[in-house]
Amino acid sequence: MAVAKANNRGRAKAAAVIPQLSWSEVRPAALVLVSGTQAFLADRAIRLFRDILRAEDPSIEISDISADSYTSGELMTLASPSLFGEPRLIRVSSVEKCSDAFLADAQAYLSQVADDTYVVLRHGGGQRGKALLDAVRRGEGNGIEIICAEITKDTERYAFAQAEFTHASVRVTPGALRSLVTAFADDIGELASACGQLIADASAEVTEETVDRYYGGRVETNAFRVADSAIAGRAGEALVLLRHALGTGAEPIPLLAAFASKLRTMGRIYGVRGGAGQLASAHGMAPWQVDRARRDMDGWTEHGLAVCIQAVADTDAQLKGAGRDPVYALEKMVLLVARKGRAAA
Amino acid sequence: MHVSVWQGLVGQDEAIRVMQNAARATASGVADAEGSASDMTHAWLITGPAGSGRSNLAFAFATALLSTGPDTLDATIAQVRGRTHPDLGVLTSQKVIISIDDVRSLVTSSHFSPSIGRYRVMIIEDADRMPERTSNVLLKALEEPPERTVWILCAPSEADVIPTIRSRVRSIRLRMPSVQEVASLLRAEHGVDEVVAERSARLAQSHIGMARRLATSPEALARRQETLDLVFGIRGVAHAMQAARRLNDIALEDSAAITTERDERDRAETLRNLGVAPGAAIPPALRSHVKQMEDDQKRRATRSVRDGVDRILTDLMSAYRDVLMVQLGASHEIINHEFRVELAEAADRLTADETLTFIDSITVAQQRISSNVTPLLALEALLCTLI
Repeated sequence: MAVAKANNRGRAKAAAVIPQLSWSEVRPAALVLVSGTQAFLADRAIRLFRDILRAEDPSIEISDISADSYTSGELMTLASPSLFGEPRLIRVSSVEKCSDAFLADAQAYLSQVADDTYVVLRHGGGQRGKALLDAVRRGEGNGIEIICAEITKDTERYAFAQAEFTHASVRVTPGALRSLVTAFADDIGELASACGQLIADASAEVTEETVDRYYGGRVETNAFRVADSAIAGRAGEALVLLRHALGTGAEPIPLLAAFASKLRTMGRIYGVRGGAGQLASAHGMAPWQVDRARRDMDGWTEHGLAVCIQAVADTDAQLKGAGRDPVYALEKMVLLVARKGRAAA
Repeated sequence: MHVSVWQGLVGQDEAIRVMQNAARATASGVADAEGSASDMTHAWLITGPAGSGRSNLAFAFATALLSTGPDTLDATIAQVRGRTHPDLGVLTSQKVIISIDDVRSLVTSSHFSPSIGRYRVMIIEDADRMPERTSNVLLKALEEPPERTVWILCAPSEADVIPTIRSRVRSIRLRMPSVQEVASLLRAEHGVDEVVAERSARLAQSHIGMARRLATSPEALARRQETLDLVFGIRGVAHAMQAARRLNDIALEDSAAITTERDERDRAETLRNLGVAPGAAIPPALRSHVKQMEDDQKRRATRSVRDGVDRILTDLMSAYRDVLMVQLGASHEIINHEFRVELAEAADRLTADETLTFIDSITVAQQRISSNVTPLLALEALLCTLI
């Protein structure tokens, strides 16, 4: 399965002898280690695990502990057998920030796993608690590991969305999937809830038209794309992208930093001859940045660059308290940059 | 009165006379010294341009107030110099702002009665670095001070403290010492020869601390030279951007040179105070302490870089002031004699209007840096006005 392949990527775990599975393959085991930085998938895996156990025995007793505020003995108390002998699920969150007491108790627990008890350890990545993880991976406690790595590639996102629809037995056209994946390029959680919405509402087949009706006009963008289109002189597009960026959670200061960085590179190499590699090493940049800046330079004048750089510094001051409306200050700057520093006609 | 207390403070005779009178009024007992009782008050604000010796004067005044008699004067001077006098509270900030907690603890300690001398003296250097909320904490203490506590605040000008503080203090204004006065101080203190002393005092525009650095550190002089060379050499936007980057680097290097050593010393001391053996791992319970120290160091570095850029801007300001002087034909008052050729060249290239615009931009850049604009960006924008 594509998702499984994606999730196992890039992690060398030669020492692990326990099964390492993707979130959708979770199955009952006395100990489940859910590792990786992708919180959304981890939540899903844990929810799925709970549902499976509940289906087996509805009387299951579920308790949650947080490893960072753990005090000695809690785990043993929860894992000790109860009067009527119902199965127990203990979900332990933030093992990556666990207290020393938790480490000691958990390691002790590994050597004598309680009957009818399922323990889920959620480790969000990092070095803390490595000894415990290694012990679990060596097979102590007879556990399984669910790896929830970050999803970074578009193809993986595509596969993820496809799996969502397949799972719900809803047909979807490739075009619809593509536009969904472009619209929700940042957060896998948002992508999943968008899929969920479409699945819940859709009748027979989800087409591009459906996606457009639900999420049309939504564009994920980032600071550099705003700066790119402004520098290329496409004022309208730059303003739209700026609004989208602000609307999807970008902060004004990083947006401004992107402009400053691009204009700075252009300024540094304006009118300077020489090979890209040579210039790049002289300025501590990558050669592609030099090439890119050279291409961006089309239509720019020295004076225009100087004016824009001054405007960026002024906008920085505006964003940092000299002005009242950061968005207005940014828009004004974007328009000036899109005119390549010339006065408004 | 005490000659040695006021030593090394040049050109502030008027201010020193006021303070001497105040100290004398208290020494002779307020009640029986008729006419001089009004010379003393409980809160003072010393204002003057950067480098005029505000803090030095404040500490000299503190020494005079704390001193119990000629016999113990040497000990008092040494204690004040080491900031270890039990009746002296000092708030000096190496960060961008003075934090409210610092002021609160100072206010609390101002209520202790003096243990040795007649007074408890509280000094706030850089009172202009107090945000308004922090200043308000001080108001109550200034308005109803404990009987034997004297507050001394230092700021560049009266406008730098909020009006409610201004109205509660007696103000002493310092003037800019002349180049000759600073030069003779340098000769007396550091034994540098006349030419060096004169040049350092002139290039530092009578800023005493800066003049000292220029007279004693060849690197500081070379850095100043490089700064002006760079800026006079700007011919295009690529040049300007390069120069801005170099200036920023100069400020960073400067700051790193000052802070690295001090940071390591602080760290070693903090760890020793916390009882961590050298080289041992820091126990989790103490990590927050160490984290706090590191945060403080980071803030200090920020301030240090900003100060460095500000110094560079001051140097540029003096150079372009000279350019304007040349353009207006008033060339007898040139500060940067060493750059005659470059000055003349720049004066030819620019019009007086353009020079004035650039000088304005320097002021704007200084304001931007103090309002947290990225120093590199502010420098780039400034140098781009030269194109």
